[in-house]
Amino acid sequence: MNSIANTIPLPKRLLGFFAVLLAATAAFAVVGVILGMVGTFLMNGGTGVTWTFLSEFPRNNNTEGGIWPALAGTTFLVLLMTILGVPIGTATAIYLTEFARQDSWFARSVRFAVNTLAGVPSIVFGLFGVGFFIQFMGTGIDGFLGTSSFGDGSLLWSSATLAVLTLPVVIVSVEESLKAVPRDLREASLALGATRLQTIVKVVLPNSVTGILTGSILAVGRGAGEVAAILFVGVTYSSSSIPSAVTEKFMHLGYHLFVLSTQSPDVDKTLPLQFATTLVLLGLTFLLNLTAILIRSRLRKR
Amino acid sequence: MAKETSPTKIEAHGFNFHYGTKQALFDITLSIPDRKVTAFIGPSGCGKSTFLRSINRMNDLIDGTRVDGHMTVDGTDVYDKEVDVVTLRRRIGMVFQKSIPFPKSIYENITYGLTLNERVSKAELDVVVEKSLRKSALWEEVKDRLHNSALSLSGGQQQRLCIARAVAINPEILLMDEPCSALDPISTGKVEELIAELKDSYTIVLVTHNMQQAGRVSDLTGFFLMGSLIEFDRTRTIFTSPSKKETEDYITGRFG
Amino acid sequence: MVPETYGSDVEDPTAPPAESGEEGAPGQFIYASKNPHYPEIYNPDTGLLPADIDRISTNSSDEAQPEQRPLANNLLSDTWQPVGEVPKFGILPLLIGTAKTTIIAILIGAPLGILAALYVAFFAKRWVREIVKPGIELLAGFPSVVIGFFCLVTLASFVQDITGMPYRLNAIVGGIGLSLAVIPIVFSIAEDALSAVPRTLHEASLALGSTEWQTAYRVMLPAAAPGVFAAVLLGVGRAFGETMIAIMATGNAPLNSWSPFEPARTVAATIGSEMGEVVWGSEHYGVLFFLGVLLFVFSFGLNAITELYVKKRFIKRFQGQ
Repeated sequence: MNSIANTIPLPKRLLGFFAVLLAATAAFAVVGVILGMVGTFLMNGGTGVTWTFLSEFPRNNNTEGGIWPALAGTTFLVLLMTILGVPIGTATAIYLTEFARQDSWFARSVRFAVNTLAGVPSIVFGLFGVGFFIQFMGTGIDGFLGTSSFGDGSLLWSSATLAVLTLPVVIVSVEESLKAVPRDLREASLALGATRLQTIVKVVLPNSVTGILTGSILAVGRGAGEVAAILFVGVTYSSSSIPSAVTEKFMHLGYHLFVLSTQSPDVDKTLPLQFATTLVLLGLTFLLNLTAILIRSRLRKR
Repeated sequence: MAKETSPTKIEAHGFNFHYGTKQALFDITLSIPDRKVTAFIGPSGCGKSTFLRSINRMNDLIDGTRVDGHMTVDGTDVYDKEVDVVTLRRRIGMVFQKSIPFPKSIYENITYGLTLNERVSKAELDVVVEKSLRKSALWEEVKDRLHNSALSLSGGQQQRLCIARAVAINPEILLMDEPCSALDPISTGKVEELIAELKDSYTIVLVTHNMQQAGRVSDLTGFFLMGSLIEFDRTRTIFTSPSKKETEDYITGRFG
Repeated sequence: MVPETYGSDVEDPTAPPAESGEEGAPGQFIYASKNPHYPEIYNPDTGLLPADIDRISTNSSDEAQPEQRPLANNLLSDTWQPVGEVPKFGILPLLIGTAKTTIIAILIGAPLGILAALYVAFFAKRWVREIVKPGIELLAGFPSVVIGFFCLVTLASFVQDITGMPYRLNAIVGGIGLSLAVIPIVFSIAEDALSAVPRTLHEASLALGSTEWQTAYRVMLPAAAPGVFAAVLLGVGRAFGETMIAIMATGNAPLNSWSPFEPARTVAATIGSEMGEVVWGSEHYGVLFFLGVLLFVFSFGLNAITELYVKKRFIKRFQGQ
């Protein structure tokens, strides 16, 4: 064997170099755009995020002031959404992992439905919110109770819509944590004479708390930023007070940003407000996602 | 003492290997002759696979590995800075424990190595494909379905395909890391026949946990234990009159 | 007075509000703006260009009844003008707009996502990978309204400065914005697919004397092809279903043009823009729901293909025929 110096012809080596360069450029270009985005927001809105901004009401037809009602509205929204969605999602996940026979057509269709739900465009959820929740359930309840507030867009129906939208997120997360419980643990419990239900409640569920937590946080992160699904299910741009009943309309951070940047009468004046609102929204979702990821990685380490 | 009737192809001298802080090979010194079958035997974890993979520097793929001493092929230290590891691997073929055909056609599996750096005409490729498949005794079985997926072959056939694939790039050395451990006895037999034929053209280094296999196919055998080379001699000698007690214990099955 | 705003073009904030009693939702009207380059839209019912309509009184009380067109015909016509004397629900411009922006988004987003996934899976050093991978996946957590905002305010000007195109918000800007939503999806799934290819294949290729890049492009990527294909399909699903970015960055005007430099209106954006102002139970309302059903069916179909077909191919590849 001769000296084993490089025998790959130069053109091929150059090709190799460019092949790697291309991939690297793609990766760094994307990272660059992300940094550019965040940088732009920080530069233009960083100074605007003050305590006053966060705690005041908007003034002057939303050209001045703060975003307090939007923050409050968003908070109520995701709270109600969590209350409505997490239990159902958790129950479904528990059913899928613990009770359903894995190849029964029912379990498979539920799985398929969950996967499909995850891919449905959010605006379609909005239509569902209007057609099913407002028109069907809302007017139904109104007819039954003799009220007139349920048949219209509101905090309640928006939360319900978002609960449905984020259902897959919760289900997947809880399932993941349930599956992480080793078989032996379950078998040990059953071998000691516990019933299936007891095993689930005492052994499996406690281990799934992380999953429920992660799923809820991820869902909240999604819900706080989701605008398309609530566009016509109850969100509003101007309100003089925080909603006091779930049948009222509410303000929302994401929607606020949307209207502020597209329909504001004086865009130049509100530009700083737009950037500040963006930062708050982005910061919120980022924090939520980060928390969820940290919790999840702690779960995986165990 | 082994009488060198062929020139030395691979030589290790004071070779040490570390996985991070753990040392896996201690001061290995041996000479592997050209065009012969050399087998390494020993219990699990004794370092024989690590040594084999050091020859074509496949261990470089693992983070944190460190090497001391010399490993030379044809007089050139393979760990020398001047050495291009990619070219090195073209000159040395490797067959793994579990057959790993690419999810491509049989034809493409064999021609993969050839089309990496040069333009080769289809006619030439066809020739090489047939030659390699004949060499690994697979030609008759697959000649009519060369463009079928390689994954449609049985386990034994897949392993012979991997041998054909390795042979196609015309290496000088063939490293085989427990090539039969995942195969049934019949396929194992076929592969062993293959090894006996291939040694006329290639230097073969074989790692096996099956002592009898080493006894059947190899000319020289090296016994590894806990990272050290206990004994290295003609196969006949190792199996009939070993000079070290550990070797004898292993051969007679006193420990697995 | 004919409304002269279109889309969510921030440059024209002083435009007079919409004519009819309904509040002007962004992008509801498609009449010519003051921009001289804007193509005139011919109204086949009245045989007039919008500029002509200016001069005609809109007191329609003493005019003839507007003609009723059967809905099916209407849907397939080429004008989307749901508010007017004779509502036109031609979905063609919407379909074109959706197709345009989705294609641009995929042409940009899919290669970037796949190449970045290749880089992260095979070429990057470990510490680089630890930064880049979460970085790109971070983009997945950006609310789409934020991405839309970025396009509207910053990106559009940037692109206009570079290309000197006449419209600030159009299909290209919208497409780029959508690609920002597509990239994280394609990247995540493609990277998962690439990492799922057994490492032994990687070893076998290297042992034959190929380099890292040859192994990545010639063995690993083809082996992961079904998963990568699924990644792109899911990216497509995300692109055409995306609403906020579409409303904010595409100019939101239902034109019948395939030119990427002209504004467009997607199906999702139409629903988003008009649903809030529509009379519940009206024909317009029904058409919007119909569009929603279209979106659902399409995304359902895409999902079904990915789940059933792609998974099967993936399994087949690794287990022979």
